[in-house]
This record gives sequence, C-alpha cells and structure tokens, in this order.
Amino acid sequence: MPLLEVSNVTLQYRTTDRVVTATRGVSFSVEQSDRFVILGPSGCGKSTILKAVAGFVAPIEGRIRLGGTQVTRPGPDRIVVFQEFDQLLPWKTVIQNITFALTASRRVAAVEADSRARHYLEKVRLSAFADSFPHTLSGGMKQRAAIARAMAMEPQVLLMDEPFAALDALTRSRMQEELLQLWSDTKFTILFVTHSIEEAIKVGSRILLLSAHPGTVKAEVRSSGVDEADASGRPLSARIHDQLFTEAESGFSRMTGADA
Amino acid sequence: MPETVERQIPAWQRLYENAAVRKTALLVVLAVVWEVYARVLDNPLLFPTLTATVSALLSSIRSGELPRAIAYTLKLLFEGYALGLLFAALLTALASLSKIGADLLETLTSMFNPLPSIALLPLALIWFGLGNGSVIFVLVHAVLWSVALNAHAGFRALSPTLRMVGQNYGLSPIGFIIRILIPGAFPSILTGLKVGWAFAWRTLIAAELVFGVSSGSGGIGWYIFEHKNQLLIPNVFAGLLTVILFGLFVEHVIFRTIEERTVRRWGMQI
Repeated sequence: MPLLEVSNVTLQYRTTDRVVTATRGVSFSVEQSDRFVILGPSGCGKSTILKAVAGFVAPIEGRIRLGGTQVTRPGPDRIVVFQEFDQLLPWKTVIQNITFALTASRRVAAVEADSRARHYLEKVRLSAFADSFPHTLSGGMKQRAAIARAMAMEPQVLLMDEPFAALDALTRSRMQEELLQLWSDTKFTILFVTHSIEEAIKVGSRILLLSAHPGTVKAEVRSSGVDEADASGRPLSARIHDQLFTEAESGFSRMTGADA
Repeated sequence: MPETVERQIPAWQRLYENAAVRKTALLVVLAVVWEVYARVLDNPLLFPTLTATVSALLSSIRSGELPRAIAYTLKLLFEGYALGLLFAALLTALASLSKIGADLLETLTSMFNPLPSIALLPLALIWFGLGNGSVIFVLVHAVLWSVALNAHAGFRALSPTLRMVGQNYGLSPIGFIIRILIPGAFPSILTGLKVGWAFAWRTLIAAELVFGVSSGSGGIGWYIFEHKNQLLIPNVFAGLLTVILFGLFVEHVIFRTIEERTVRRWGMQI
C-alpha cells in the first residue's frame, strides 16, 4: 500500500462570483521516502492539491488517503512548508516556533520538545539564531527555520509549497542542495510543488507533470537529480517541456494550419 | 592627505536632533510664559501662576485629598474598562464565528462608535440612577466599540499562511483563537486598547464633573468641580494638571512599555 494515495481528485475553489475548477481527476501515489514533485505552470492547481493533501481544502470528487486513512482535516502528520516568509509566528523566537509546534500539536512533551527542536536547528545550521525573533532573520534563514520546524514534527509526509520560490537564485540553489542533504540523512517523504523544471529535476525522485486550466495529469517521470539525456540525446528538461506544452502547441499549429 | 570618511557632528546639532531635548526645552519655555503671564495679569481667580498651581497640587497631595480622588477615579476606570473589554471579547468572538456575527459587530460599531459616550449620560442616569452604575455604563460604551472594531479588523487581516500554520497543528478552536489569532492580531488589538483608553479617560473625567452637582464625594473630575465652587482656582488647575499628567503617564509609559515588549520586539510594528 502506498503511503499517500490521491485518487481521481477534483478540486474547486470559489471566488466572489464564480466557482473555478482547479484540478480534474488527478491521481497519483507517493511511496515512503519518495521525493515526489508536482510540476506544472501557474494555474494547474498544484498548490491546491497540496492544500487538499494538507486538509485545508476538501475535494469535490475523489479521495485522499494517508496510510490508508482518509484525509478530512489538517493535522500534524502532514506539515506544510509555505513559500511565504511570514509562516513563522512573529511573536515567538526561532526555537519557540519549533517547541510551540511540537507541544501545541501534542507531538511530544514539553521536556523533550526543547532537545528535539535544538537537534533540528542544528541540522539546518541555525543553532546560533535559536533565540532570535523571525523578523531579524534573512529570507533563506526563515525558510530553513520553517523546514526545521516541519522536520521536527516528524510528519508522515512533508508538504512543500514552492518553499524556495521567493529566494534569490544563489540562495535557492544552496537550499535545494541542503534539502537533499537533509533527505539523505533521514529519508523522510516529501511532496514538493514547483513551477520550475530545473528545480523539479534537482529535488525530485519522481515528477508528476500537470497541465493547466484545469489541472490534469500529463505524465509521470523519474529523475536521478541531474538533467540526463535519453537514448535519442534529448535532455530530461527538454522532454518535460515538450510533454507540458505539446497540447498547447499542437492546438496552436492546428489553428494556423501549420501541422505537418 | 587622507580623505576624511567621517566627521563629528557638533554637540548643539546632536542635542537639537534629540526629540526629548527639544520637547523638554519647549515645556520649560511654556512654563516660563505661563508664570510671567499670570504674574502680569495678577488675577489668581482667573489665571493662577504656575507656582501657585504646583503648591496647591502639593498641598492637596499631602492632605490626601487628591490621592483619594485619583484612587476613586482609577477604580471606576478599571471597572468600566474591564467590563468594556469583556463585552468587546464576546462581540469579537461572535464576529469571528459567523458572518451574521461579523455583520452585527460592523453594524453596531458604525452606529455607536460616532456617538460620544457622554451623550448617553442623561439616559444612563435614568436607567442606573445617580451612582457609579451610570459612569460604568458610559465607560463601557467608550471602550467597547473601538476595542471590538480593532480586534475584529486585526483578526481579519491575519495572513492566510499564519492561519494555515495554526490549523496544521490541530489546535482546538479556543486554542487557535488564544494562541494564533490574538497574538497575530495584537498590533490592532493594542491600537484598540489605546483608543479605548483615551475615550474612557476623557469620558470619565467629564462624567465626574456632571456628578459634581449632586454627589458628595468623587474622583478627579469632582475635585475640579468642587474647588471651582469654592473659588480655589489654583486647585482647579492642579486637578487639570493631574488629568494631563496621568494621561501622559498611561500613553507614554504604560502603553509604550507594552509596545516595546510585544509588537516592536516581534517586528510587527516599527
């Protein structure tokens, strides 16, 4: 049985005057220790899928199961790392952010929370900033603190919603490497959402490709972490690009009559 | 010759840049103007000198009359303020739970917020009689709307990300309000508390002046009224000075300290 099973999930959200279908009939399953990336252009509903797995959004159709149990509400077995820097509680120090998460969710007792929080802060190299308030940290440090907080919860699956998208390119690249380093230590399960093909290949072991409006599954590919060429000599990134955009292009060529 | 990278700013300029120094200097100038004008006017019934006012203030403090009045006023203030906060909390909780509750809060606030509390005093006197009940009623009105309005606005302005972070931990609804919503909305709540305090303080002094007509004892407002009747004008000025000093103390010491220890420390307000 897979750890996380998303079967035939359709998601909608409401704006003030209309109901928008974000994804239609999306299915995939995530195994223990997968680095599962959902990749797609903006508007493909990838973040909405992540929020549905987290339990913030209920599917209109289909089911989401974690370890065989249906997901109905948010819970500490699925912790989200968001893109926004303001995900740390500003009124708590870095270490208090972690211990609060641990004790508020009753994951561990207060006595154990502190040592566990320090252990994970050490892992993301933020021990020196344990007693700093979040507003004094840089963007990259805030995201590392959020990752430490999520990892300290030791969730069954770590949900990451474009966690590095708001960082500068150099920091982003470093953070991707650090995440892989952390993963190779503990082999936790990650569900990672991104719109960057490059990031998907680097971070993911499995990549789910979604098309937009509404989001539907195009394909699933495996990644070894580098942009490898296949037998025909085309690199993985080019193949992913083709698969994501062929439909749009063939539609375009049909319109102009340029279809060969 | 090496290029100079930095130079000392002259001492007088540094003093001038310091807001506290500038304001203290202004206060000294105003005090001197007051003293000189009052001496030239030479009419202690209309405008007593600063020295006469200060000596009236000191003798009232020594006799225990002014401390008693202050204690009386503060007790009423705390009762009214606390009760106002309680109602504000209930109303805001209702508003966060349902759309109808939010509409109720917004409608009531827009109706009653522009209504000066003191305008309710005649009505309060009929409902609650000549006593502290009436004062507390107008105090509650002064505090309730501004606190509820600001807390509600703060809750609504809390970022969706922080909400989701809180929900992610599986907190109970009450736990979510106490541990995420209230600290997250604290800058707005604090603004509401400050505005509410300012309304309450002004309303209370005004209400006490009205009660001066009929009551045999009372707070600072009554102290002012009573000494006006006895034509002890330096004491009237001393009472006004007390009102000013206490207002300054609450706004610049108490609320300032709360701000320094919370929202400024957390980087939620610059």
